[in-house]
Amino acid sequence: MIRFLLRRTVTMAVTLLIISALVFFIIKLPPGDFLTNQIAELRAQGESASIAKAEFLIKQYGLDKPVWQQYLVWIGIMPGPNGFSGLLQGDWGWSFEYDKPVVDVVGDALWLTLLVNFAVVIFIHVIAIPIAIYSATRQYSIGDYLATFIGYIGLATPSFLLALILLYYMNRWFGISIGGLYDAQYAGEPWSWPKIQSLLSHLVVPTVVIGLGGTAAMIRRMRANLLDELGKQYYVTAKAKGLGPTKALLKYPFRMSLNPFIADIGNLLPHLVSGSVLVSLVLSLPTVGPILLSALKSQDQFLAGFILMFVAILTVVGMLVSDLLLASLDPRIRMGGAR
Amino acid sequence: MEAPLLSVRQLTVDFSTDAGNFRAVDGLSFEIPQGKTVALVGESGSGKSVTAQAILQILSKKAAITNGSILFNDTSNGGSVDIAALQHEGEAMHSLRGGRIAMIFQEPMTSLSPLHTIGDQISEALMIHADVDQATANQRTMDVLNRVGFPDPKRALKTYPFELSGGLRQRAMIAMALITRPALLIADEPTTALDVTTQAQILDLIKELQTETGMSVLLITHDLGVVANVADEVVVMYRGQIMEAGSREDIFRNAQHPYLQALMRAVPRFAMGEDERLTPIREVKSSSLPAADAPRRVQPAGPILKAEHLTKSFTLRSGWFSGRSREIRAVSEVDLALPAGKTLGLVGESGCGKTTVSKMIMRAITPNSGRVLFDDGTGPKDVHKLEGEALTAYRRSVQFIFQDPFSSLNPRMTVYELLTEPLRIHDIGTSDERFERVKQLLDMVGLDQRVLRRYPHSFSGGQRQRLGIARALALEPRVLLCDEPVSALDVSVQAQVLNLLKDLQSALGLSYLFVSHNLAVVDYIADTIAVMCRGYIVEEAPKSSLFRNPVHPYTQALLAAVPDPDINRPLDFGKLRTGRFSQPSEWPEPFRIEPGEFGVMKEIEPGHKVRLGRLTAREAA
Repeated sequence: MIRFLLRRTVTMAVTLLIISALVFFIIKLPPGDFLTNQIAELRAQGESASIAKAEFLIKQYGLDKPVWQQYLVWIGIMPGPNGFSGLLQGDWGWSFEYDKPVVDVVGDALWLTLLVNFAVVIFIHVIAIPIAIYSATRQYSIGDYLATFIGYIGLATPSFLLALILLYYMNRWFGISIGGLYDAQYAGEPWSWPKIQSLLSHLVVPTVVIGLGGTAAMIRRMRANLLDELGKQYYVTAKAKGLGPTKALLKYPFRMSLNPFIADIGNLLPHLVSGSVLVSLVLSLPTVGPILLSALKSQDQFLAGFILMFVAILTVVGMLVSDLLLASLDPRIRMGGAR
Repeated sequence: MEAPLLSVRQLTVDFSTDAGNFRAVDGLSFEIPQGKTVALVGESGSGKSVTAQAILQILSKKAAITNGSILFNDTSNGGSVDIAALQHEGEAMHSLRGGRIAMIFQEPMTSLSPLHTIGDQISEALMIHADVDQATANQRTMDVLNRVGFPDPKRALKTYPFELSGGLRQRAMIAMALITRPALLIADEPTTALDVTTQAQILDLIKELQTETGMSVLLITHDLGVVANVADEVVVMYRGQIMEAGSREDIFRNAQHPYLQALMRAVPRFAMGEDERLTPIREVKSSSLPAADAPRRVQPAGPILKAEHLTKSFTLRSGWFSGRSREIRAVSEVDLALPAGKTLGLVGESGCGKTTVSKMIMRAITPNSGRVLFDDGTGPKDVHKLEGEALTAYRRSVQFIFQDPFSSLNPRMTVYELLTEPLRIHDIGTSDERFERVKQLLDMVGLDQRVLRRYPHSFSGGQRQRLGIARALALEPRVLLCDEPVSALDVSVQAQVLNLLKDLQSALGLSYLFVSHNLAVVDYIADTIAVMCRGYIVEEAPKSSLFRNPVHPYTQALLAAVPDPDINRPLDFGKLRTGRFSQPSEWPEPFRIEPGEFGVMKEIEPGHKVRLGRLTAREAA
């Protein structure tokens, strides 16, 4: 077990290192960077004071150095103008666009992103699993066809469109205000009970919108998996023992059909972050999706790089978590090859 | 006279499918007396399993009991009920199911959940039906595991099914069925998936437990040998109806119905005459085969195929979290010789390495040491050193027939595509010539030319196996490697395929390496038989001397364990109960082989060789 964890930690570190290199060099691929673009713009306007500041920043962050040196400084294995100060040392860099440290730009957004995605994952499973069980056990019944039909609609609806529709009607029927994750009056306020209440009521629409496509897909896959397992001999054995239908179903075929989903947790997390950018824009959610988009557009290299690394870390950690969960749930994997 | 425990009256089960309605069981009536064993015999599709499912009300959703009654007369527990009238998922049915009527299934691997421990699954059966806590249930589970012969019941509680051998898994199934002390045990092909020695032990165990608890057994099987050994009464089914029923004596001594007589003639037996032929229930006729003659080819001087000192080991990684690995030797120093035009039978239990040997001969896997020699008339050549043109020629000369006719044919290819594929791969003939060849092949295996456009799913198991044979014959091979070619087939179809293989051999001059676990089948088809155990060839002899004078303890045990469909030759359960036959280190001297040693083959009469341990060999020298 310890050997396994050690081995995995090493491969994870190597993977992240390779990803960081790819991320950085791809961000740097287009000619120029945020500051040179800005300097060109300022020159055109003739503002020399700002130019001086921009040039100071170029020196400060070593943007005049070769790309590979910038990369090594960024991740913190080569001394920059301020000595060793990179991702490894916990310095996430400076956002030129916001003129603030990256940590201040993304700080709150990260937690809200995690919160929204956690809510979405819960929503998907709570809605999809019972429906999938219902339609698998009553295959080709009217309820099954209905669930399948709704599932296809869910898959086919563009989420941003649904977001707009829901926003309008939620506001009209329930008076829930539009956009954001809490009412405007709480922006910048410390966390308090009314702010949390406001947050919860604002979470409903994004959760439903982001989760709907995933729910529909999960119903289809879960139903197919469960149908396979329902035909297996051990389920007949369980029934022949005299187990009631519900208990027999949940203890045996259902548990078997969960495996692919646990294996999928690692993919689910990053997909939700990057997949919900459009919806976040439409709903103006203060999550990292929109920030990433604008950072990429303006070549704000440290901000974009940090967010992409964050998604990468979510992925590898998610994979590790799903592997460990699989091993603890499935003895065949835990003891695989022992016999 | 005591009332029977279960009486089935005019039972009718209908399936409604997309293709229309279908009657699987048609007016079936029979009785199961208290404490007796009733065998329900028939080919696949005869409705015997459906009958068992109807008794437990666990039929698939497409099936329903449309007529008749199933009276369960449980004197010790509340009198008589008509199961057919009970609610599927009602209280009464739940308490019967697993409580008073328990069932064990054919495939012990898939009938147990791989995610739950044996202890969990067995104690669950008790806790559903009796008001006991987990600790008591665990105690009872250990008792019953001990009774069915688990070496370490306490450890078995925490064992998962995939950690056990097939025999132990089936014992666990039996423990699960018996922990509630049912009045009726339904055993659906309980030993079909097991090796012969394990089969004998399981049958023995069921018999013993029956005398102990006084339960009745409904045994569903297609194996007349098993029936002759354990049944008190026999019911023969065909297409959902009873063909003949009676006591075991009546059925075996005086079979009346032509179907039953035909079924008996189709089973290979040891006492068959040299030229006696099996009579399949439905004979397959081929018009061209008797007239076909063998392609004229140079015959090799020695054996056409020879294996010398073949050894193969596999590396297993043990466990997911540990990097440790261990090596197991699957094949140890195997020597074989297949004379041209003859059949060499390779017999052994599952896991003995027989399939590995055939794969090495086919050059599908590479041996660690030793070589395979093939002689096409130009002198022996090492198969694993062949390259280019010579290798292609070897591939043409040696073809394979697989065990499972369902998964060995691509379901998306038509018969025509399947049969011409070998010709296309080796670029033989124009499309007209290929078409002619395919028609000829179909005729050889007794299939009609009109099937060319059909897909494999529309054929029965026996027909598919014949398609597999036709495909193997397409390239005019000289050697066929047959890996358990009939073990997935019913007895009647098995006879058909065996006869076909015999006819093809005499018409085309083929040589067969016939791998099987069924001694009677090998006896019917082979000239020389090699017995394999734990990667060793333990005994090799012409078939007459092997069966007349088996010398090695393993061969003797194997022979003693085959149930013969002849009630004058019952199994000697007592003999099989003792000893472990497949442990080379536990064989008596002079056969004992220490781990890591190979022993030596010694010729005791012309052509009859036996493997002896090293010590004895040294004494002899």
